[in-house]
Amino acid sequence: MPVDSFKYLPRIIAAFYETSDCQPELPIPWTPLRRPLNESKFGLVTSGGLFHKGVEPPFDLKRERQEPTWGDPTFRTIPANISQGEIGVSHLHVNPEMAESDFNVLLPIQRFQELAAEGRIGSLAENAYSFMGYQGYPPDTTAWRETYAPQVAEKFKAEGVDCVLLTPS
Amino acid sequence: MPVLARTLEAAGLSTILVTMMPFWAERVGVPRTLAVEFPFAQTLGQPHNRGQQMSVIQSALQVLEETDQPGIICHSPEEWPQPKDQAIKAWQPAEPSPIIREMAPQIRTLLRQRRIKSRSVPGD
Repeated sequence: MPVDSFKYLPRIIAAFYETSDCQPELPIPWTPLRRPLNESKFGLVTSGGLFHKGVEPPFDLKRERQEPTWGDPTFRTIPANISQGEIGVSHLHVNPEMAESDFNVLLPIQRFQELAAEGRIGSLAENAYSFMGYQGYPPDTTAWRETYAPQVAEKFKAEGVDCVLLTPS
Repeated sequence: MPVLARTLEAAGLSTILVTMMPFWAERVGVPRTLAVEFPFAQTLGQPHNRGQQMSVIQSALQVLEETDQPGIICHSPEEWPQPKDQAIKAWQPAEPSPIIREMAPQIRTLLRQRRIKSRSVPGD
């Protein structure tokens, strides 16, 4: 059975998505796997609004509250040795409690450490990265495409990352 | 998020997106996607449910390994172990987001118009 994108969406939010018009820009980018997964280094990215408490600031929700058509396009760095208590979640569009209880539901650092220990993957990058998924209405992803995602790509490549798993919230 | 997958892929990284919104992944055009029929805010599974999280991740790794052309969306058979109404309530923020609050009257009008349109018979 194909996954129903709207199963868990209240109708008002489903309508919000349906009114956002979008056509895929072709061609879709493609980077073939360089090596088998058990030799590959993985990076993790979420758009769940996670941040490293006391080290980096939360996403700018104050401005979003004042200017609801705007969303913070910057990113935060999450070191792979972070503990649950050091993770904050700043996102006005989802309940933060699940990731505050177990960040692996959005940023599966511990699961990937286990996969590396089992030899299913080569290794996990030292740092993961977190964005905040709401990019305004209508969505404007220019800053993501032109500035912030290329910066994350450079950081991953400097660490020798081959593959990236991305998880929205 | 699909835009981030595209940008990282274009920069030379092999990406796999796990999403509950394959509708959106298809509209934007994503290199490799695993769709899960899960509520928002718990993309890989329930908190502390290691087995469920690992099962989704293993499927994602398989999609990453086996996909040989861009734009493929694979659908996970995993089922969410919570009644639908409860799951819808659980993922939402305590208060509606600022944009939803601002746009609610407009969206309600749109939904009302649609209902009226779907009720009217052609030629009426």
